[in-house]
Amino acid sequence: MATPAAAIDLDNPLRRTPRRVLPGFGLTLGYTMLYLSLLVLIPLSAVFIRSLGSGWGHFWDVVTDRRVLAALRLSFGASLMAASINIIFGLVVAWVLVRYPFPFKRLVDASVDLPFALPTAVAGIALTALYAPTGWLGARLLSLGVAVAFTPLGIIVALTFIGLPFVVRTLQPVLEDLDNEVEQAAATLGASGLQAFVRVILPALWPALLTGFALAFARAVGEYGSVIFIAGNMPMKSEIAPLLIVTKLEQYDYAGATAIAVVMLVASFAIMLAINALQHFALTRHGGR
Amino acid sequence: MAAAEHSGGIGPRLSRRLLIAVALTFLGLFLALPLLVVFVQALSKGIGSYLLAISDPMAWAAIKLTLTVAAIAVPCNLVFGVAAAWAIAKFEFRGKSTLITLIDLPFAVSPVIAGLVFILLFGSHGWFGGLLRAHHIRVVFAVPGIVLATVFVTFPFIARELIPVMQAQGKDDEETALSLGANGWQTFWRVTLPNIRWGLLYGVLLCNARAMGEFGAVSVVSGHVRGQTNTMPLHVEILYNEYNYTAAFAVASLLALLALLTLAGKSFLEWRQPELRRAQPVRDRTRRQIT
Repeated sequence: MATPAAAIDLDNPLRRTPRRVLPGFGLTLGYTMLYLSLLVLIPLSAVFIRSLGSGWGHFWDVVTDRRVLAALRLSFGASLMAASINIIFGLVVAWVLVRYPFPFKRLVDASVDLPFALPTAVAGIALTALYAPTGWLGARLLSLGVAVAFTPLGIIVALTFIGLPFVVRTLQPVLEDLDNEVEQAAATLGASGLQAFVRVILPALWPALLTGFALAFARAVGEYGSVIFIAGNMPMKSEIAPLLIVTKLEQYDYAGATAIAVVMLVASFAIMLAINALQHFALTRHGGR
Repeated sequence: MAAAEHSGGIGPRLSRRLLIAVALTFLGLFLALPLLVVFVQALSKGIGSYLLAISDPMAWAAIKLTLTVAAIAVPCNLVFGVAAAWAIAKFEFRGKSTLITLIDLPFAVSPVIAGLVFILLFGSHGWFGGLLRAHHIRVVFAVPGIVLATVFVTFPFIARELIPVMQAQGKDDEETALSLGANGWQTFWRVTLPNIRWGLLYGVLLCNARAMGEFGAVSVVSGHVRGQTNTMPLHVEILYNEYNYTAAFAVASLLALLALLTLAGKSFLEWRQPELRRAQPVRDRTRRQIT
């Protein structure tokens, strides 16, 4: 490695030349911009330009169509529900992983990333097999009067699966950094466990909680593979917006598909900007301490 | 760590047990059971029909296509990731924070829209549709479209792992090598690359898992021609929709094995280099000093 060389160089009093600037700035930045433009920026702008091409009136007609509105409402509603479930259970999982020792902890910790690694189509058919009326869980739930597969509830289950790692992985580092002494001080001063949690820990966690929520929500809104198998895909009832885009494409209704895509892209970009702002806020707050 | 020894304050024994039970039940229901059901269903008719299902010529064609697509898409994004990380981590320039945000953009886009985008560009009614038809080139509903869609959805993976790794490395090693007379390429191959190898592997691993498993984007541009434009996830869907559940889960079990291998590799790399776990690109201009 270069360590001994560095020592020689730094000790060399004869070194007069100013620090050299590293080469390759123009090449790497140029390539980055070219590749980014060709593969992401220009293709994405095609969606916006195409939707302008068919006119505002047509765009409005598509977006306010009852079936489209129902699909958008379902996509955003189910994603909101799934992200909320993940906030609660993701916090418990992250807390337990950071604070408590228990057997097979490393294995459990690694398994949290399964939804990242497992292809969505596999997750989709597996969850459907589990929650179908004949499935291990589906049969039991059905005897309690709850149908999961082929209902909006199934969509929420799939989106919860997909979003879990976002919440846990956002919370874990923040919990690890959280100073133990503050809670202990709160406990010494007579705060109960719950009081210390609500008054001391939650205020420090909320930027991370919101970021995790937004990340899980953003992923869920656009999710397709894991949902379509378990959803039932009934128009107006269990048809998500990404599926409606695919349906319209299969009918060669490019203008319709593009209009829905624009609505979803604008929503996604807004969420992404919000996440960036949140992280910036959390960083500056953290740094200011 | 002190946190592990933590005993006072919050979490008397009972609530601790309760919380662990809640977490493990939740993970068991949402992660372990779905994974288990894949293998149980795949082997439900015995090992014979499992082997028959995965040795089917159509399954083989799908496996080959999936490997081919990943073999093109991952290196493309690897070269990009290294270039982007070099520019962002080693130099200061205006708009760096915006550039990092733009690189992350594909993560915010629904996979279905990622596919739609390439249909709008290269489909028969797309911007370049006429041009491609005149030269008898097929992009959409053919392998090039599948590769493009895969590159799009896996675009940020390697760059966003490498940027923080290179930022943490700084540029002292490279500057030393240059001052000792190495040229740019020598510096990159002999100094930078060994320094970032774990981060690079980490990014490649995650990128590859997504590239082989992508469903939505590929489904939109594939055209679903059996034996020709069917990747493994698409083949799973076709078999499933034909009520051929055992075969569908058999092919799915191969993808599940890939996921398990990815997780094992990820854990190994995180054990080698714990910083990889929490690596986040530094966006502001004043880089935090790493000692």
